[in-house]
Amino acid sequence: MPVEQQGDTRIWRRRDRKAALRHFGVTLAVAALVVFCATIISDQTTWEFVGSAPLQGADLAMRMWPPRLSYLTELWGPVIDTIHIATLGTILGVMIASPLAFLAANNTTPSRALVRPVALALLVTSRSVNSIIWALMLVVIFGPGMLSGIIAIALRSVGFCGKLLYEAIEEIDAHTVEAVASTGASRLQVLTFGVIPQIAPAFAGISVYRWDINIREATVLGLVGAGGIGMALQGAIDTLAWSRVSVIFLVILGTVVLSEWVSAKARAAVI
Amino acid sequence: MSPAPSSTTPTAGAPRRWRRPPHIANARTRWALYIGATLYLLWALSSVDIDVVRLFEGMSRARTFFAAALTPDFFTRWSDIRAGILESLTMTVVATVAGIALSIPLGLGAARNLASRPVYLICRAILAGTRAFHEIILAIMLVAMFGFGPFAGVVTLVVSTIGFLGKLIAEDIEAIQWNAVEAVESAGASWLQRVVYAVLPQIMPRFIGLSLYRLDINFRESAVIGIVGAGGIGATLTTAFDRYEFEAVSAILILIITTVFIAEYIAGAIRRKVL
Repeated sequence: MPVEQQGDTRIWRRRDRKAALRHFGVTLAVAALVVFCATIISDQTTWEFVGSAPLQGADLAMRMWPPRLSYLTELWGPVIDTIHIATLGTILGVMIASPLAFLAANNTTPSRALVRPVALALLVTSRSVNSIIWALMLVVIFGPGMLSGIIAIALRSVGFCGKLLYEAIEEIDAHTVEAVASTGASRLQVLTFGVIPQIAPAFAGISVYRWDINIREATVLGLVGAGGIGMALQGAIDTLAWSRVSVIFLVILGTVVLSEWVSAKARAAVI
Repeated sequence: MSPAPSSTTPTAGAPRRWRRPPHIANARTRWALYIGATLYLLWALSSVDIDVVRLFEGMSRARTFFAAALTPDFFTRWSDIRAGILESLTMTVVATVAGIALSIPLGLGAARNLASRPVYLICRAILAGTRAFHEIILAIMLVAMFGFGPFAGVVTLVVSTIGFLGKLIAEDIEAIQWNAVEAVESAGASWLQRVVYAVLPQIMPRFIGLSLYRLDINFRESAVIGIVGAGGIGATLTTAFDRYEFEAVSAILILIITTVFIAEYIAGAIRRKVL
């Protein structure tokens, strides 16, 4: 910590002069960037609309209230479809992610120079593209429906699960692996008896966590035609049936809360 | 590890064989779970509507799609794509900074060891509320309120940033070493001084890491909320999809992925420097 001498008194400073100057420069640059970006956004904003937003919001709330609960009976099918999409998508995603994670982890990859970068690139690509965008593409290929949704969820989950999983693999205790290898075990046996038991809890935890996220994602996939309750939402919004939209929101909220509770219970049980 | 007696099968004559003990000890629960899971999977799989004819048609579409993906067209729609990416980037910067600024007080308020009980409950409720809905649903509502354009998108991203960062900050604060706070307190520090000199230094490295990560997420999200009219590259992307211009779609996706790659690299560099 730098201490400055001023006359007789020594003053404690958090940074010395050079560091303070650099800190100030960086702060100024970031502030300038933010202000610049904010003016661009502000130029493209119709401020009258923003000003009337509370009014619009109140109007919307009035239209949404009271939620027409009689629609609930039509929503059970889509809700169950949404849960199916999330579950099947998670299973498929984990099935693709697991081998990729083994190829990407430093200690299990067959080749650090060749295979690992490819696996990592695939994982990043999967994570960079949102499941809605995957769904947009898949609807073009497979047509609207649950199948596109399931595959979209799976493709998105691969990156997330794969990343967490390969990090878990890299953190395992190497002694156990050595011990198994020293008994003359084959590569596959080392994997099944040395590596997999160590990552099994993390594997289960990650899968359940992703399932929870996927329930949330699956609720909106229908907006682009990939099945589930989002389709009902899209229909209600297109026909301006706001009292119906609010029922759908309530159902989505209930589903998300429920899935969070289930995943918390399941995670507590496995970890 | 010595094998559990139940997992060995000591039959006379045959060599003793070790078998791994099952994860769930109780055989009845184990089988109930297996059968239940299988039945559920069958139910879920049977509800998937696979139209075989459509699938065959889809294969030819898939071929044109992948062909297009391999020949990205950056030029035909370049001005639209450039405008979209720049709008997404500006939205990301503004929303991330505003979100961080708002999530700090909310995070402090939602930490059980710092805030009084009513403040804690209010902040936790706000944070839970902001995370309850998917960004797209937020964007739909906010577009209805603020009109089309990037402003609604920025508000959407701010709200989801608050939900994400606020919760994680609160959890970090709850896990700090309390000794430092007591030390500063014993020097006569006020509440604010305690926060600035004892709490923030402890959570800063992780907080910076999380903020950089959120910058990343916000850029990716900005590509999606454009689909419902909240500005950014998503609008360009949906237009390209609607016109079946898959070469442009491919170009946009490549740009998004590249930007995320670069962002991740820069974030890594900053993190190494800060930590």
